[in-house]
Parts: sequence; C-alpha cells; structure tokens
Amino acid sequence: MLTLENISVSYGAIRALKGVSMHVEQGEVVTLIGANGAGKTTTLRSITGLLAPTEGRILFEGAEISGKPTHQLVARGISMSPEGRGVFANLTVRENLQMGAYLKKNKAEINRDLERGFRMFPRLKERESQKAGTLSGGEQQMLAMARALMSRPRLLLLDEPSLGLAPLVVHTIFEAIDEIRGEGTTILLVEQNAHAALKHSDRAYVLETGRIVMEGASKELAADPRIKEAYLGE
Amino acid sequence: MPRYARNLVVALLLLAVLYALDYFVFDPGRRMISPYVARIIMLAGINITLAVSLNLINGFTGQFSIGHAGFMAVGAYSSAYFSINQGARLAAGLGDGLLGWAAALLLATPLGALVAGAAGFLVGVPSLRLKGDYLAIVTLGFGQIIVVFLNNIEAIGGARGYSGIPIVKSFFWIALVAVLTIVVVHNLVHSAIGRALVSIREDELASEAMGVNTTRYKVMAFVISSALAGAGGVLLAHFDGYLNPKSFEFIKSFEILIMIILGGLGSIVGSVLGAVVLTVLPEALREFAQYRMVIYSVLLIVLMITRPNGLLGGLDPFKGWRARDRAKTRTEAEEITAEDTRDNDSVDKATLGERAGDTSLGEGDTRR
Repeated sequence: MLTLENISVSYGAIRALKGVSMHVEQGEVVTLIGANGAGKTTTLRSITGLLAPTEGRILFEGAEISGKPTHQLVARGISMSPEGRGVFANLTVRENLQMGAYLKKNKAEINRDLERGFRMFPRLKERESQKAGTLSGGEQQMLAMARALMSRPRLLLLDEPSLGLAPLVVHTIFEAIDEIRGEGTTILLVEQNAHAALKHSDRAYVLETGRIVMEGASKELAADPRIKEAYLGE
Repeated sequence: MPRYARNLVVALLLLAVLYALDYFVFDPGRRMISPYVARIIMLAGINITLAVSLNLINGFTGQFSIGHAGFMAVGAYSSAYFSINQGARLAAGLGDGLLGWAAALLLATPLGALVAGAAGFLVGVPSLRLKGDYLAIVTLGFGQIIVVFLNNIEAIGGARGYSGIPIVKSFFWIALVAVLTIVVVHNLVHSAIGRALVSIREDELASEAMGVNTTRYKVMAFVISSALAGAGGVLLAHFDGYLNPKSFEFIKSFEILIMIILGGLGSIVGSVLGAVVLTVLPEALREFAQYRMVIYSVLLIVLMITRPNGLLGGLDPFKGWRARDRAKTRTEAEEITAEDTRDNDSVDKATLGERAGDTSLGEGDTRR
C-alpha cells in the first residue's frame, strides 16, 4: 500500500535519512520506533510532503507521492494526526471534527462519522461544544485521532500519539488504535514508546541515526535481546 | 419568502435608509449636523472599510500584514488618476450632476479595488507560499516602496501631492462601501472558506493535513483584503480631492492595525468599533491637544491590560454556524460552552502570542 524506496533526506549538509526502505501493506499496523533524532519524524514528514526526499521514491497504492503537497494527500486516502496533536484550539471539539471532513460534501455521511468518533471516544462527546484548547493533553490526542478519521482514510499516519501522556491515557489511545485497525484502516505508527507500539502492531521497523537497523514481526522484535536492552529497558 | 428575495428586500431597504440619511442628515444645505461632525462620521466610515478588510487577513486568517496603507494608496492613486483623466469627462457627458458622478465613482471604485487587489496578488503569492512571518516583512517593505514611488512619480503629483481630484463627499457612497465590505467579510468567514481560513490561523500544518490548500486560501484572503483596502483608498481620494504620499506612510498602516487590535482580532463588530473609537477619540481629545497623545496612549495601555484580546476579542467568529449546531445539542452542553468562553482568556492570549510570534508550524503551545 505504502512503499518507501531508498529514501534519503538532507538538512543542508546533514543527512537525516540515509536510504530508508520500508513498506506498509493493506490492513496492517506497522510501527516505526527509534530514539530521539533517529529520523522518525523526518520519515513521516517526507511521506506527508513536508520535506522533499533528496533521493528515492515514495509510492502510495502504486502512485508516486514524493514531493506532492500535503493537502493533496487527504484526497488520495492518507490522513495524519500530526505530532503535537495540532488541534484547532479556538474551535470547539465538534468544529474540529467537522474540519477533519473538510473535503467531504455529504452532510449525512459527515454526521454518521461524527457519531462514530464520539462512540470511539465518549469523552469527546462530553466535551462536544468545548473549545479544543481547553481539553487535556489526552483528550486533545483523542480529538486529533478522531479528526484524522473523519476523512475516512485508507491509511492513517500517527505521529507519537502517546507523547507526554499519562500511562492510563496512553492505554486508552492504544486501545483506540486496536479499534481503528479492527475497522480495516491501515496504520503507520511512529512511536517512542516502543513497549506499547510493539504490543499493538503487526510489524516494526527500528530506526537508528537515519538507517533502518532492524525489521520484522513486532512479537519477534519485542523478544529480541538487543531491542529489549536498547528500547524496552529490560 | 425565499432567501434571495428576503436578501434583496433587506438590501433595497438598506440603500433607502443610507440614501435618506445622506439626503436629510448629511446635506449641508439642511444644517442638520455641522460639516465638522459630518466629516468625522464619513472618515469613520472610510476607516471601517480599512479595519474590517485588514481583519480578514490579520484576524481571521492569522497572517500578519502591516502594509495596509500601501494597498490603500494604490487604490487611491489609481482611481484618482482615472477620475482626473476619464471620470471627469464621463461625468460631464452625463450632465455633470449627481447621476454623472455616481457613474464615474461606480467605475472608479471597482477600478481602484482591482488595481489594489492585483498589487496584493503580486505581494501575496511569493510571501504566502512560505509559512511564517514573511508576510509582515514583505508588506512592511511594500508600504515603504509605494511611498517612495508616489513621492517620485511626477504624473501623479510626486511629493507635492496629487490635487484636482473630483470631490465626491458622499455619505451614501462611503457608507455603502463600508457596508459592502462588512457583508463580504462576514459572508466569507461564515462560509466553508471561512472555516479553512480560521483553521489556517489556528494551526497551519494541521489545516494542510485536513486537505486545505493553505497557500491558495491565504493568497485569496490577502487579495480580497487588499482590494477592499483599495476601495477605502478610492473613498479617501475623492473625499478631499487631494492626496499626499505622507498620508500613506507606515504610521497609517499602524493606525489601522491598532483599530483591529483594539476592537479585537477576529471580530467584525470589534473592527467597526475600533475604527469608530480611533477616529472619534483623537478629535474628542483635541481640546487637550498637548496631552492628547498622552491620554490616547494611556487609554490604549489600560485597555490592553484589562482586555488583552481587544474590546470584543475572543467573541465567536462562528456564532451562526455554532447556533445551528447548538439546536441539536442539549442545554447542558451550552452551559459548559458558556463557562468555557469565560475561562478561555489564557488560551486566547496564547494563540495571540503565537500569531505575533511564530505561526509557521503552530507547535508552540498546543504541544506542551
């Protein structure tokens, strides 16, 4: 579904990605884990068109999307929950969700999707007419995910959804990821929380200083002694 | 009654009221109000046009433009040039009466707006493709360059100023342009386009991720804003019949900026109020001429301390939209919203700061 072929990205003289290749297949949850500065965000940014790769190609459903502007991705079926959540602070929860369906025209469909979002995150229903800026970090993350789903994406990109959240909230977020996957949406999850990410994904890539150093089934990686030592703190 | 028919009736009624005011109140022959008061009211009208149009780009779209006077000058000078060279002949051809001048202005106003809009496009396209505060720098530069041009082009009077512009001191025309500006901006921000604009202000990156072509919408808002400023310039050009490059210097842009900040960014009613207050206030303080600037500054400081979002800031740009939604929700939820808007000052302040600082990625405060 999504293929990265030998992607390199440079910030001036610094090469942030050095030939990253990975793929995400239909129906999978794939996670990309790594330490700070490993290149996780850079990878995601090149997928979403915020950065143009200096080398390599990115394909989505067979069509090249490298260098395409971000706003065109939604129409193609890719939706993202940006790092730092990016909720519209002065709009209400409901308005935020409506923005997520910006390209949709069918009112009935939008309302159905709104209800679905509220079912997935009942907390958002309670806060429906509250401004998004007044929500807690966890609620904002829920909102960002629910908003990303409003465009009915085939591929959902999640950038560090657990960043800065309390353990209990992290749990809720990952349960939601399971649920979204259960509905047939493919997910690429970029995470620092390797433990949870490996538990809730099918396959994983480990990124270190701009290179993929390991890849494989999440279960196997979680059992790998090197991963255990470096990322799971065991 | 169908909606368009109702709108038509409202529009006709409004025209009638404005015309009646012009005819009965503002006609110098009737001595209803002194020419001085009439002048202040009309200047306030022109300032309303300028403030509301600037609010579209600064308040609703969150892009910081500080060269509004430049676009105003473009509209003023281009329409003045037209009126002197073509409009006068046109008016004479139609009998030089009210009808003739109405026809001439009817052409001059869109022309000035069009030229200013084109200037807005030329300035906006390169600077709005980038995320961040480039627009502020570019518009600042643009404002300076325009003044240098005006000072040096002899055909439009150069530094001596441009005189001989036909004078049309018409309350009707000024009020009409102001009302049109308000209607255009109001309808725009309450449409789907308005949602896109506000989402750009809130978080440009997230807006882009929702599928909003942010560059296109920013340029569009900027061009409309510039064109309306141009229309304001047209009014000013024909108000005194004389234009001077000095009146379009940075201080003028700053004045308009203060109006919308005073009234509240993102509030149309606020901009109107800000424009009126900042037109009337300096006049009201004329008696204390030597202390005028002191009083003026103190008032501004007090306001910024007590209402940092401006007089009407933080009020809802989406009232209509929200009201429709609310009909579906319970009263309970409404109470929460009400509490919320009150408690929300700090958040508004944060976004305001972000707007002034870095709008680029919007990662500033939402992240932590």
